[in-house]
Amino acid sequence: MSGIPADIRSILATDCGSTTTKAILIERGPDGYRLRVRGEAPTTVEAPFEDVTRGVLNAVREVEELCGRKLLDGDRIRTPQVGDEGVDLYVSTSSAGGGLQMMVTGLVKQMTGESAQRAALGAGAIVMDVMALNDGRRPHEKIQLLRQLRPDMILLSGGTDGGDVKRVAEMAELLAAADPKARLGAGYELPVIYAGNRDAAEVVRGSLGERTALKTVANLRPQAEREHLGPARDAIHDLFMEHVMAHAPGYKKLMTWSPVPIMPTPGAVGLIIEKIAKRDRMAVLGVDIGGATTDVFSVFRVPGTEETMFNRTVSANLGMSYSISNVMAEAGLTNILRWVPFPVNELDLRNRIKNKMIRPTSIPQTLEDLVIEQAICREALRLSFVQHRALAVGLKGKQQARDISDAMSQTASGESLVNLVDLGLVVGSGGVLSHAPRRAQSLLMMLDAFLPEGVTELAVDSIFMTPQLGVLSTVHEQAATEVFERDCLIVLGACVAPIGPGKPGQPCVTVEVKTASGSTATHRAAYGDLVLVPGDGGERWTLTVTPERGFDVGAGRGKPLVRDVRPGVVGLVLDARGRQPFALPADDAARIDRLRAWNRALALYPKEL
Amino acid sequence: MGHSYTPGLRVTESARLERERRLPLRGDVLVRVGDVVEPGTVVARTELPGNVQIVNLAAKLSIDPAKAVDSLLQPVGSTVAADEPIAFAKGLFGFGRTEVKAPCSGVIESVSPVTGQLVLREPPIPVEVTAYVSGRVARVLEGEGVVVETRGAFLQGIFGVGGEACGAIAVPVNTPDAELQPADLGAEHRGRVVVGGAYVSYDTLMRARDIGVAAVIVGGFDDGDLKRLLGRDLGVAITGAEQLGFSLVLTEGFGRIPMAQRTWKLLKQHVGREASVSGATQIRAGVMRPEVVIPIGDDVPERAEESGGGLEVGAMVRVIREPWFGRIGRVAALPAELAALETEALVRVLEIEFADDRERRIVPRANVERIAP
Repeated sequence: MSGIPADIRSILATDCGSTTTKAILIERGPDGYRLRVRGEAPTTVEAPFEDVTRGVLNAVREVEELCGRKLLDGDRIRTPQVGDEGVDLYVSTSSAGGGLQMMVTGLVKQMTGESAQRAALGAGAIVMDVMALNDGRRPHEKIQLLRQLRPDMILLSGGTDGGDVKRVAEMAELLAAADPKARLGAGYELPVIYAGNRDAAEVVRGSLGERTALKTVANLRPQAEREHLGPARDAIHDLFMEHVMAHAPGYKKLMTWSPVPIMPTPGAVGLIIEKIAKRDRMAVLGVDIGGATTDVFSVFRVPGTEETMFNRTVSANLGMSYSISNVMAEAGLTNILRWVPFPVNELDLRNRIKNKMIRPTSIPQTLEDLVIEQAICREALRLSFVQHRALAVGLKGKQQARDISDAMSQTASGESLVNLVDLGLVVGSGGVLSHAPRRAQSLLMMLDAFLPEGVTELAVDSIFMTPQLGVLSTVHEQAATEVFERDCLIVLGACVAPIGPGKPGQPCVTVEVKTASGSTATHRAAYGDLVLVPGDGGERWTLTVTPERGFDVGAGRGKPLVRDVRPGVVGLVLDARGRQPFALPADDAARIDRLRAWNRALALYPKEL
Repeated sequence: MGHSYTPGLRVTESARLERERRLPLRGDVLVRVGDVVEPGTVVARTELPGNVQIVNLAAKLSIDPAKAVDSLLQPVGSTVAADEPIAFAKGLFGFGRTEVKAPCSGVIESVSPVTGQLVLREPPIPVEVTAYVSGRVARVLEGEGVVVETRGAFLQGIFGVGGEACGAIAVPVNTPDAELQPADLGAEHRGRVVVGGAYVSYDTLMRARDIGVAAVIVGGFDDGDLKRLLGRDLGVAITGAEQLGFSLVLTEGFGRIPMAQRTWKLLKQHVGREASVSGATQIRAGVMRPEVVIPIGDDVPERAEESGGGLEVGAMVRVIREPWFGRIGRVAALPAELAALETEALVRVLEIEFADDRERRIVPRANVERIAP
């Protein structure tokens, strides 16, 4: 890529979120690339500023003050580094301006429709709607929807190569009849990507070529049993830069500051999650909970094969500031309050949540407020995960060869790939997880929301810099990896969660912990308990997990399992609160009593609430 | 931190304001640059393309899609009435005749030789855009609308519901911390923009609606009452399209919060004057706040903005989160180092001296907004 120096001594990377712009400074030292400092400032996409670069400059000024180095030259980032001033490389990601909002179309909703949705989500988009010939809506309803939603971009897919042309043409004619306009800027043509049956490309061009900025790429589902999402994803990134970003306030200027294209934030986080799964050869679940949206990423093995599949979903209206009120609307107050260990006035809580929505940058000052915010976070994560499980499925519509030996065990086409027993690592990111005052709080929020089963490690992005490292990895893999390993990923610990019903107090699981130095200790948990074995942040532990009869930790009911884990900064949590089912007591007093006991077990807060 | 920006809402005594009045699609602009307009003046008009009905001629007539064009009884571009035959095909061996009738009245827009589908567009839907504020047409956006310029007092609310409204300002309460009660409203408030104090209840709003009040501007309102008003829990804060019979603008937030002195004084000062109010709010990227515009003519000089901007010692701020939500005070100190809160979070803070009891407290910088003195 042009404009990137061969020898990079320092890197400035920003992420323009919907609420906050985060800047990190990375410097090369004797031990490689390390994070030096981090700064942040409110994002300035909105009035009165309406220029994203103001927020970037404010965040960089904070970095300047903290590191005592000059990085700005007036209202520009100084590149390359000269002496102690400036940086050699500047990169950025962005989800401000509402992110990339797309509509996707396919012929069959569960086949090409879903593949198109995966391509768009993988590229970092918010999918506003999936339109298909068989989606149950009449043509005029589809046309009305296309006009109302005003997407930033449309991905048109459909048909396998060499397949039916007529039905693809029908879809293109529908789009042409709707003549939708782009969301930002009335003066430019709506970008449309065609990634369907190659034989229909000419017909599609005939319908849409003159009305839209049409780009044709390779079919994203060339055969029923094969997805080929790369070209469509790349085209989405290109058009995002050319059309959408160029019309968002201040982005034209920001784009000139970096030799590397600005990447949608979720696309950058997805890159990192894929890399971790590949490197550690384990199923990984990643979550990035922001102010407006929550992204969930996963890499799971496709049942019956050695292949893995990456999936990303975005819950466009589940988040901790702009979307906090929608978490309340979708989850319901009862579900939020079940995580709060003290009585709350519902009217007062409703007003508090709305006040956070209208003033999204405020932070909890009291412990009670923090607990309530973390309760809302649990529900936002839980709902996002429910949506993710529904979309992270195997390819539907393909024929599966079965023989008698696997006929009983093979997963049906289209079943969710998310298997909580296989899950090896959960990585959390986003302000409410990265900035939780105690790391155990992040750990328990993720345990409560995702309810992992068997043995699972948990980690957080230390200061919320995964997006910046994701975009950096596209141009400087070494720097991104070194900073990620040393400064970004904080292993919180591991969790052992037996599956199966039980009665409170009944023996549930025994874990023998053997440390790297050879010392051993045995820990037990009764059903309903949460037990913490404090970690030391460093060495690996070997666990021999023996569930009681009737409980399963992944090897079968009552069968022991040996697993190496990193104890992390929090430690090993024996979570015997129940899986399949997990349930909180219905009675308020009993529920509060349980929550307080669990909070005490993890030393979650500085005082009992 | 070199600059500390806080979320501030605009409240200004006199500003030159421009309001873009744009059609959703291209159309006709009905006024010219320099024309004087009133809130109700129609400045642009267009017709939205009618809904589209798709008729599969090939399937209905059992013909090859390539022959669909030949089956038409009237050429593409013709206007047809509902139930009027639009295409036909002869039956097997030339006997019999199958017809397809128009499912609605409209224009035959196209017929595809690939799919055999006919696109029938229903009659257009007329759309008009009004000036919304009194003023002058500053610019014409050819074929799209106009920019109306006005000089007047202007304030932004923090949240609102309902669309655009217009009426003379009335202030039936005595203080900014009073609650607007049903008894405060009478027939004289019909068509008025009514200013309350710290709070309005659902019952009072229902009384306002029955009377025919155009808009209510008030410090705070309960979210529970908002749910009753809208008939649903408001999840995503995108408002403005509600058909409530009036517009509601909250100047401070949810709960019982006295209206800021400056906002109160500004509205009091213009009692009897016409105001244009929009409750439309979008709290997402590209935030849109509700607003009150009070045109006051060209003879009043423009004043510089007095709210927003950076934080400095002595600045007036309001706390926007518990435990001192809504309280007002002056910035007494801006310590550079991070401080630990009760939550144990280490954050940038400021020391505030509250205006009412002179008590000094530490508050995260993120939890205040600057207000004009």
